[in-house]
Amino acid sequence: MDVSDPGAPGPLVDMTGVTKRYGGVTALEDVDFRVTPGEAVCLAGENGSGKSTLIKILSGVERPTEGEIRIGGQMMTGLDPRRAAAAGVMVIFQDFSLFPNLTVAENIALARDLTAHRRFFDRRAARATARAVLDRIGVDIPLNARLESLPVAHKQLVAICRALACDARLIIMDEPTTALTEREVRRLLGIIRLLKDDGVAVVFVSHKLAEVLEVSEKVVVLRNGRKVAEGPADRFDAASLTRHMTGRDVPEAAPGPYRGDGETLMAVDRLHKDGAFTDVSFALRRGEVLGITGLLGSGRTSLAKALFGLVRPDAGTITVDGRTVPLGDPIGAAEARIGYVPEDRLTEGLFLAQSILRNVAIGRLDVHERRGFVDRRGLENEAQDWLTKLKVKASSIAAPVQSLSGGNQQRVVLARWLARAPQVLILNGPSVGVDVGSKSEIHDIIRDLGTRGLGVIVISDDLPELIATCHRILVMKDGRMVDEIEAGTVTEDELSHRLAS
Amino acid sequence: MSGSRTETRLIETPEFRLAIIAVAIFALMAGLSPERFLSPQNLTSMAFQFPEFAILALAMTITMMTGGIDLSVVGVSNLSAVVAATILASLAGPEVAGAQAGLWLGFAVVASLAVGAAAGLFNGILVSRLGLPPILATLGSGLVYTGLAVAMTGGSAIMGFPEIVAVIGNSRIAFVPVPLVIFALLALGLHILLTRTGFGLRVTMYGANPMAALFAAVDIDRILLRVYVIAGMFSSVAGLIVMSRANSAKADYGSSYLLLAVLIAVLGGVNPYGGYGRVVGVVLAVLSMQFLSSGLNMLQVSNFARELIWGLLLLFVMVINVTNWAGLRLRRAPPRTGTQGEKA
Amino acid sequence: MTALLARNETLVAAVIVLFCIVAALSDPNFLSVTTLSDLLRASIVLGILAIGAMLVLISGGIDVSFTAVAVSAMYITTKAALIFWPGMPWPMIFALSILIGAGLGAINGVFIAGFGLPTLIVTLGTLSVFRGFLLTFVGSDRISALPPDMREFSRMVIARGTTPGGDFYNLPWSLAALAGVIALTAFILHKTMLGRSIFALGGSVESARRIGIDVRRTQFFVYVYVGALAGLAGILHGSMGRMADPFSLVGLELSVIAAVVLGGARLVGGYGTITGTLLGVALIVLVQNSLVVVGIPSTWQSVTIGALILLGTGLPAWQAKRAAARAG
Repeated sequence: MDVSDPGAPGPLVDMTGVTKRYGGVTALEDVDFRVTPGEAVCLAGENGSGKSTLIKILSGVERPTEGEIRIGGQMMTGLDPRRAAAAGVMVIFQDFSLFPNLTVAENIALARDLTAHRRFFDRRAARATARAVLDRIGVDIPLNARLESLPVAHKQLVAICRALACDARLIIMDEPTTALTEREVRRLLGIIRLLKDDGVAVVFVSHKLAEVLEVSEKVVVLRNGRKVAEGPADRFDAASLTRHMTGRDVPEAAPGPYRGDGETLMAVDRLHKDGAFTDVSFALRRGEVLGITGLLGSGRTSLAKALFGLVRPDAGTITVDGRTVPLGDPIGAAEARIGYVPEDRLTEGLFLAQSILRNVAIGRLDVHERRGFVDRRGLENEAQDWLTKLKVKASSIAAPVQSLSGGNQQRVVLARWLARAPQVLILNGPSVGVDVGSKSEIHDIIRDLGTRGLGVIVISDDLPELIATCHRILVMKDGRMVDEIEAGTVTEDELSHRLAS
Repeated sequence: MSGSRTETRLIETPEFRLAIIAVAIFALMAGLSPERFLSPQNLTSMAFQFPEFAILALAMTITMMTGGIDLSVVGVSNLSAVVAATILASLAGPEVAGAQAGLWLGFAVVASLAVGAAAGLFNGILVSRLGLPPILATLGSGLVYTGLAVAMTGGSAIMGFPEIVAVIGNSRIAFVPVPLVIFALLALGLHILLTRTGFGLRVTMYGANPMAALFAAVDIDRILLRVYVIAGMFSSVAGLIVMSRANSAKADYGSSYLLLAVLIAVLGGVNPYGGYGRVVGVVLAVLSMQFLSSGLNMLQVSNFARELIWGLLLLFVMVINVTNWAGLRLRRAPPRTGTQGEKA
Repeated sequence: MTALLARNETLVAAVIVLFCIVAALSDPNFLSVTTLSDLLRASIVLGILAIGAMLVLISGGIDVSFTAVAVSAMYITTKAALIFWPGMPWPMIFALSILIGAGLGAINGVFIAGFGLPTLIVTLGTLSVFRGFLLTFVGSDRISALPPDMREFSRMVIARGTTPGGDFYNLPWSLAALAGVIALTAFILHKTMLGRSIFALGGSVESARRIGIDVRRTQFFVYVYVGALAGLAGILHGSMGRMADPFSLVGLELSVIAAVVLGGARLVGGYGTITGTLLGVALIVLVQNSLVVVGIPSTWQSVTIGALILLGTGLPAWQAKRAAARAG
C-alpha cells in the first residue's frame, strides 16, 4: 500500500470508492486509486478488467456512479475532459490522436493554445513552444515536418510533447510500448525518468508484462472491475502478475523438438526490396514453426507482407512445395496455399460489423460457390466446424464479430485461414492486443499447427512468445537476416541481447 | 448468410420504416384524390414513368455498396442512348420496318450496352487500378461521357427512329408496361446477385472494410471493375428506355435524375460508406418517390415544388435513421458503423 | 524539387502556361490585356464559390448546395429590395444577400454538425430544397429591372481604359470583393485557432474532439461561412450580369469542386491551399472561355474539363498508390 509517510507530498490524484455501472453491468467496483507527483504507476489488467473505465473516469470522459475524485487535493465533481486537462491530467491514447496533415510544431502547440482559449494562432510562438518541450525531453524532430511523414516512435514523442506543452502533471499512456521496438522502448523509458524527476506522474495502462515491471514504482492490478493487487513494483514478477490478472496460473509451455520430416516446404531465395530488405534467403520445413524477429524498421513487417504478396519485392523468388509463387500478388499467394494473419486485427483482419460466419466465409467462397451461387449450408457447416475446433466463444455465428473479445476475434481470423487448409501460415504479431489467458491458448494453437504438418512463420517482437512457440528464430537487422537461433537453446535475456547487438 | 439480420429485429430495419413510409404516402395520395390517383390510367402511367430513374438508382446502389458512388450514371445513359440513336436514325432510318427493323434495334441495343459496359469499365479502372476516389473519378468521367455525347450530336436531339423502337418504352406485355418488366428483372437480378452469390458477398465485405478484404486475398480490382461495369450497363438500359419513351436521344436528358438516383439509394437504406444495402429498400424508396411525385402532379404542384419535397423527404429520412438508431440501440453497444459514420 | 513537382499547384500552373503558349501561338491577340481582364472578370464568382468549397473540403466534408444558396440569396435579396425598398443602397443589398446565404448555410450546418449526417447527402438534399423553395415560393421569372444601386455597382470600376496598344480593359469593383474574400479566408485559415481547428478537423475528427476542439461549432462555422460567401458570389453574379436569373448558377457546383480538387484539396479533408484553388479556377475559366483559341471546338469543353479532373486527380492518386506499394 501507499504508506502515508509524513514527508511525502500529498497525492496528485486520489480516487476513492469509485464504482461505475452501465445499466446492470458493473464495470468498476469500489476502487481506490492514488498517484503521487513524480510517481510511475502501472495499471495492469486483462481486456475487460475495468482499467480503461478507470482511465475514462479519471480523464473526465465518463462519470463515476459512486465515489470521489480529488486532483491536486481538490474535489472534482462532474469532471469533464476539459477540466481534467486543465487540472493537468492528459491521456495519450494508443493511436496518439494526432493530426497527420499538420506539422510537428502545430500538433504540439494546438492543444495548449486551445486550453488557453487563444483566438489567434501564432506560428512563431507555436514553434517556440514545440522547440522548448522537445528540448526538455532531449529529442530532435524537425518542427516543420508533416506528422504523416514521421515514424511511429516519433509520433508518440510528439504526443508526449503535446501533453507536456499543456503543463501535464499526470500523463496516462495507453499501451505505450505496443508499437515500439526494444530500443525505442529504452528511449521512452529514459524520457519517462526525466519527466518523473520533473515531478510529472505517469500511469501506464498495459498488459505487456515485462515492461510493466521495469518502469513502475507501483503496480495496481484490476480484475473483473475490482482492485485485486497493489504494491511496490519490485514485489511483482511476470508469474505473479499473470496470476493476479487472470486469477490463475498460466504456465507457458515450450514447443517440443522439431519432429517433421525435414523436407523444405517454403524456400525464399534472395528476396530483395529497395529500402525494406536485402537478399533474404531462408527455408521453412514442413511441420516447423519459424520465428522472424527484429526491431521495428528491421524489415520484418515488409518481409512478412512480401511473403503474402502485399508488398512486391524487386527481386528474388519464393517457392512453396517446389512451385514458384507469383510476387506481389496476394491472390496468387493464397492460391499457393499461403495464409496470412495480419498484425492489426481491427483494420486489416476483420469486418467488424459483419457476422462471425461471414468473417470466416470470405476466405472460403471460391470452394462453396457453384456457378457463382453460394452454398450457404456448406459454408455454415464448415465455419461452425472450425469455430468449434478453435474454441471460439460466441452466442451465435450470426453475431457481429465486433461483439467478441480480442482473443476470440483473433481465432476467427485464424479460422478463416485454417479453413483453406494452407500449407504455410504467416502470423504477424499473433497475440497483439490479446489478453494473457487467450494469448497462451493462441500459442497452444500455433504449436499444434506445427505438429499437424503445416509450416508456420511467426513474426513478432514479443520474445517470450517466440520462445514459447518457435523451433527456430531468424533475426533481422537493417533489412538483412543476421542471426539464426535454435529455440530451446536460449533464454529470453540471451535472445534480447542478440537482438540488440 | 443471414449476417447481422438475425440480430436486428424486423421493425428496426430501415426497410421496414420505408415500407411504412411508402404505404403512408400511397394512402395519403389515394385519400386526397382517390378517383384520380387510383385510376388505372394513373397507375399505368406511374409504371411507365419510374423505371428509368429507378434503374439508375439500382446502378447507384451497387456502387454505394462498395463505399463508392457513380456520378456518371446520367452521362453514361445519355451517351449510350446517343450511340443507339445514331445507329437507329442514321444507319437504319425511320422507314425500316419488320424483321429488318428488329435486327437494327437489336444491334442498337447491343451497341448501347457495350458503350455502357466500356464506360463502366473505364470508371472501374480509374477507381481500382489508379486509386481515384470514386466521387472524383465518376465526376470527371461523367463530364467526359456527357461531353462525348454533346460532341457527337452537336448538342441537339437525334430523332427519326423506326417505329419498333417504341417497344422498349411504350408497349406492354400482358398489360404490364415493358419498362416495368425490365426494371423488375433488373431489380430481382441485382437482389439475387447481392444476396446469393459469392460476388455479392464479396461486394458487401469489401464495402464493409476494403483493407480487410485485401488481406483476406479477395480480388478487389476485379470486384470493383465488375461493379462499375454493372452500373454502366444498368445506366445504358435506363438510357434506352428514356430514348424510346422520348423517341429521341440528347446529351442532356434527365440531368435531374442524378440527384434522384442518389436520393433513392440513400432513402432505400443503402449505407453511402459501403457494406450495407438491400434492393428491397431501394424498390420501396422508388415507389415512395413515384407515389409522391405523381400525387403531387395531380394536386397541380409544380415541378419545382416536387424537387423541394424530394429534398425534404431525403433529409427527413436521414434524420429519422440517425435518431431512431441511437434511441433503439441504447440498450446495446452502440454500432460503430451506422449511417452516421464519420470518415475514418 | 521532386516535392515541388509532385504538388498539384505546380502541375496546374504548368498546364495553364502551356495552354497560354499554345493559345498565343494560334492567336497572337490572345496574350492581351483585354483577354486578361475578361478572364479575371469571369473568375470572380467562380473564385469566391471555389474558396468556400475549398474550406468545406479542408474540414473533411463536401458541399454541393452552395450554388443553390448563391442563387437563392441573390434572387430573394433582389426581390425583397424591389418590393420593399427599390432605392436600397448597394452595401445593404450585399449585406442582405450575405446574411441570407449565411442563414441557408446554417441550415446545412444544423443537419451536418447537429445531426451528424454525411455531408454529401445533406447538401444534395438541401440543394434541391433551396432551389425548389426558391422557384416555388419566391419566383421563377428572370428579373432584368434590378434595383438601381445594383446596376450602379456593376458599373463601378477600379480601372478602365485602353492600353497604348489599343487593348480595352475593365477591372470592376467586384474584383476587390474576391481579393477581400481571399484575404479574409487566408487570415482565418492561418492566423486564427478557428482556422487551425478546421484543418485539424479534416485531419482527424476523433483527435480534434479529444484535444478539446468544439467539433460541432467548427463545422457549423464552416457551413455558415460558405453560405455567406455563396451569398456574396450570388449577388455579384446578379449585379455583374445585370439580371436576377433564378435558373442560373445551379449546375456549376461540380465545376467549382473540380477547380478546387485540381488545386490540390483532397476529399479526405485536411489539405487545400488558396493558391492551388485559384489556379484551379483559372484553369477551368480558361477552358470554359478560350478552348476555341487552342483549336478545340467548344462542344468538347465538357470532355476537356472532365479529362482535366481525371488527370489532375488521377496523377497524384496514382503516384500515392505507387508510393504506398513501394513503402509496403
